[in-house]
Order: sequence, then structure tokens, then C-alpha cells
Amino acid sequence: MPARVLVAKPGLDGHDRGAKIVARALRDAGLEVIYTGIRRRVEEIVAIALQEDVAVVGLSILSGAHVALTARVTAALREAGAGDVTVVVGGTIPAADVPLLKEAGAAAVFPTGTPLDELVAEVRALAAAAASP
Amino acid sequence: MDDFAHTSSGVPVRPVYGPDDRAADPPPPGAFPFTRGNYPTGYRGRLWTIRQYSGFGTAEESNRRYRYLLDQGGTGLSVALDLPTQCGYDSDHPEVGEEVGRVGVAVDTLADAEILFAGIPLDRISTSFTINGTAAILLALYVAAAERAGVPRAKLTGTIQNDILKEYASRGTWIWPPDPSLRLIADTIEFCAAEVPRFNAISVAGAHFRDAGATAVQEMAFTLADGVVYCDTVLERGRLTIERFAPQVSFFFYTHGDFFEEIAKYRAGRRRWATIVRERYGATTGKASMFRFGCVAGGASLYAPQAHNNIVRVAYEAMASVLGGVQSMFTAAWDEPFALPSEESATLALRTQQILAHETGVARVADPLGGSYFVEALTDATEERITQVMADIEGHGGMVRAIEDGYLQRLIADEAFRLHRDVESGERPVVGVNRFATGEPVPETAAYALDAAGRERQLKRLARVKAERDAAAVRARLDDLARAAEGDTNLMGPLIDCAGAYCTVGEMVATLTGVWGEFQQPVVF
Repeated sequence: MPARVLVAKPGLDGHDRGAKIVARALRDAGLEVIYTGIRRRVEEIVAIALQEDVAVVGLSILSGAHVALTARVTAALREAGAGDVTVVVGGTIPAADVPLLKEAGAAAVFPTGTPLDELVAEVRALAAAAASP
Repeated sequence: MDDFAHTSSGVPVRPVYGPDDRAADPPPPGAFPFTRGNYPTGYRGRLWTIRQYSGFGTAEESNRRYRYLLDQGGTGLSVALDLPTQCGYDSDHPEVGEEVGRVGVAVDTLADAEILFAGIPLDRISTSFTINGTAAILLALYVAAAERAGVPRAKLTGTIQNDILKEYASRGTWIWPPDPSLRLIADTIEFCAAEVPRFNAISVAGAHFRDAGATAVQEMAFTLADGVVYCDTVLERGRLTIERFAPQVSFFFYTHGDFFEEIAKYRAGRRRWATIVRERYGATTGKASMFRFGCVAGGASLYAPQAHNNIVRVAYEAMASVLGGVQSMFTAAWDEPFALPSEESATLALRTQQILAHETGVARVADPLGGSYFVEALTDATEERITQVMADIEGHGGMVRAIEDGYLQRLIADEAFRLHRDVESGERPVVGVNRFATGEPVPETAAYALDAAGRERQLKRLARVKAERDAAAVRARLDDLARAAEGDTNLMGPLIDCAGAYCTVGEMVATLTGVWGEFQQPVVF
């Protein structure tokens, strides 16, 4: 069974061009991809992740609120007993924030401009690692 | 090379054009169907409006920036609102703390609107609001703020974007389902026609389709199709004739880098719209069928690597817009792909337009490209494709249907994906990205550092307004609003009353959501 990935848009920012491009590239690479749509609350994202039994949650955030939102998602996953779900983050992310996002629980960070193939390879590896503990 | 053989929308282009390549000479500027522009003397009668998009943090900070831009020769304001205001949440809503004042100014109540426009002569300066889901509410606040400052509503000029259809498909600040949203838009159009005659009640926007990935042809086609939905909605109510409200409908686009395609897009759009308004609605006056538009030069056509190249891109895009006959323009700052523009980069963007307007001479002659073999042929080909895309949407069951089942979103996502792959592979040349790249470090992305003190001030002001206002009056006005929403009276009156009683944006929205429910987004990629 292919690994499942949830592409999620927390917060109010409605720019999902990047999220959709990433979702499609992952799907083309043979992963099973679920996209939440825009403006999802953290609790909704966690509920979908659990319900769909995903290995990886990819957060797409362009509003600048990435650190706070990522921390809230990883905390909510842990609280729901799903701390083993891998979280990655993409969007307009300053290099200085990458360590902060890792601290907040992100396994990988993909700032704007990351080549798609690179992103796909890394997510696929993370999904495989999560699926075979 | 392949990239010189097709425009970015895929219109094939030959190496040379001659007299047999175009249909017929279009009539002169100012004559139906306005291919060559709306006005007989082009920009000699009136230059385009230079309108820089700006607004952030609190009302005080934005007010300061507006006055600065006006002092520098700007001739209109363009108000950016933060996402909570756009989506209908107050600054003290528990879910939105991180977003208050982040991408625009926070407006919760009339108190904020009064500060935002303090000292600005609203009878002389036109104001454009990029606001959609809550457009009617922001219009109510603007009217109320102006009247408290002694400017009667009949003197107000400007535009609210107020285009919900593209929000569902690409921009994302929807609140209610299509039917009640369209009703509210028709209410604002009827209100403006009757009471704010110099204010554009709607700016039908293709810009966001474009930024989400649509081609130039799709951008124009989807936008005109949306325009048809709005006109149909108003006309079905039977209270206004097309002549009465069409002059207050305007359009809004992105101009990207394919120079002649953008010029052809605007010339073709102007002709198509004029033709639709005459043929579909039977308009008899030229004024009703005129396609007036604003644009942004920049957006997704700008790149972070070798970021100063964006200055050049924006200048070409701005020139294409003027040669296409634009009525108002925002030129983006070169650092926009990775930062909130600085005062310096924002000023340079403004100067770009001023040089275009006052030094280059492009504004001397109406439609200087009219009669060009190539430009006329490309205009014809572009119009034909726009018509095809509109027929495709119609064949799918119309725009609302295409949005509700995600058909439109999928068309846009297809193009976004294709373009992304083409840029990555180098098939679509981008200087500094996949051509002539130097590997120099991309400028550091500076996410706008949220001013915590500004947010505190905003929250304090909101708390104070809530404490000091007449709670019984607030309740009564919101009840009136709910009752009006259940019936079919125009909602602008009740909304202005709510604004005057210092009801919050969030309270007005929640009241309407209680009656109308929320939009359920289709998820496609």
C-alpha cells in the first residue's frame, strides 16, 4: 500500500497554489495524497490525519505564522496519541526560521524555491521510514 | 526556439505579420466596441490613476503610510486589510491571534475606520478596497466614517472589490454560499447606483485566477464569465436597468511578462465585454458597455533570485498595461516576492509609473498600437480563445456550478502545475532563475515581523469600544440585520446602522452566517 500524505493549510491564508502543486507532484510520484483545502483549524487537520491514518503531514503556510502554527499542530498530534506522524513544512519561510521549525517538531522544511523533485524524494523517504518503524 | 513561437497562453505566433492577417480595422478609440480604448483622446483627457496597494498593522500606521503616498503624488488610496477582517473575524477572536495586522490593516469597528482615514479628503481622494467576503460591511464602515467626517456619501469615489466568485476558486476569503453572497453583492450594486453614484460597487477580478496559475486567456475569460453572473443577478431582480449599474462595474487583472499578449488581452477583453453587454443585455449606451479596468504589474511574474531584475519586469509590464489602455495601476515593489516592501522599494515602484507617464511619451497618443498587423491579429486570436473558454464554462453548467464542483479550480491547478514544471525544466525562460543564473544567494525572506505592541493597541481599542458602546443598541441593530437577511430588503441600510452603533465586523458576519450558513469548499488538486 502506498504511504499516505496529508497536505494541509492551517490559518486564514488562502494561497494554495504551492500546496496544490506539491500535492500533485507527490501523487504523481505514487504516494496517496489527501489535501485538506484552505483555512483549516489545527484540530481539523489533526482529526483528518488520524482518520486517514497518514504517515506524513505537510503544512503549507504563506502568512508568516509558520512557527506558531507548526508548534500547535505537532502538540495537537502528540496529544491525540499520534506523535509518530511526521510533520514537514513548506511556504515563505526565512532561513533563520528553519531551526525554529525543527525545534517545533518539523522533520523537514521546504522554503519557496525548493525543487519539486528534491521535495518529493525527501517526503517519500520520510513516509517510508514512518511506515516501517 | 519554441518559446518564441507561442505566447504564454499558447497562441501561435508567426515571425512576421501583414495586412491579410487581421480581420478589419477597428473603429477609432472611444467608439463601440472600444477595441482601441474607451476614450477618443486616450490618456490626454485623463491619465491612469496611480494606485499603490498598501496597508499594514494598525489603523494609525496605515494612515501614516497613506498620507506619505499622497504627499509623494499618489492620486488614490488602495487599502489592504488583514485576513481576519477579510474573513470576518474580530482581532480578539481566539483563532486569529497570529494574523492580526499581518497582511493588511485590522478593522474591527467604525473606530478603526475613522482613524484609518483621518485627515484624508475623502471627497477628493478615491479609495480602493481589496475586500470581498466582507465587502458590504467595509463599504458600510467607509460610508459611516466619511459622513462623520462631513463628507456626504454622494461625493465618495472609489471601489470595493466585492467579487466573491473568484474567492471560491482562487483567493479564499469566502464566508457564505454563492446564493446569499450574490444577493449581498446585488444589494451593494443597487445601493451604490442609488446613493453613492461615483463609487464602483464591484471590481470583477481575474488577478487572483492569474496568480493561482491561470493563463492570460483564462484570466480574461473567467473574469468576463463572472461579470456575466453578477449582471444576470442584478437584472433578474428587476430593479435596475443595465444602463443604470453597468457604468459602476469595473475589472481587475494581473499584467505579467508576455508583452504583446498582455496588450492583446486587454484590447480583446474590452471588445468582448462591450459586445456581451450590448448583445446579451441590450445595452444602448456606450457608457454601459465600457470595460474599465485596473491592474497590478508584478505578482507571480516576479522572482526572488536576482531580485533587482523585478524592477525591469515591472516596468515592461506597466508599459504593456498602458498600451492596453489601463485605467488604474499598481506597480509592485521589486522585493515583494520575499518581503513586505520597504518605503524605498515602494517609492521606486511609484516612480516607475511616473516615469512611464511623464517621460516616455506613451500617453501622448490613444492606442498607439492600433492598426498594427500583429497586435490586431493577436487581439483577434486572443478574443477568439477567450470566447472558447467562456463557452466551455457555460457548457459545464455555468460559473457557479464550475466553482461548486471544483471544475474551475482544477483548470487553474493544471496550468499552475504545468508552469511550475516548465520553469523548473527551463522550458519557460526566466532570467536569473533558469537562464543566466549566477547562483548568488537569494535575498533572505523577511517575514513581516508582527508588531506585538500594535496588536495590543488594536485589542485595547476593540475592548474599549465594546465597553463604551450602547450594548442595547448593538443588539437591536444586529437583530434588525438578521431580520433583513431573512427577507429580501437591501442589507446596506441595516449594515450602515450596525456600523454606526459600533457593531464589530465579526458580529455582523456571525449574524449573517446564522441566517445563511457557510460555504463548503470543494477540494481538488
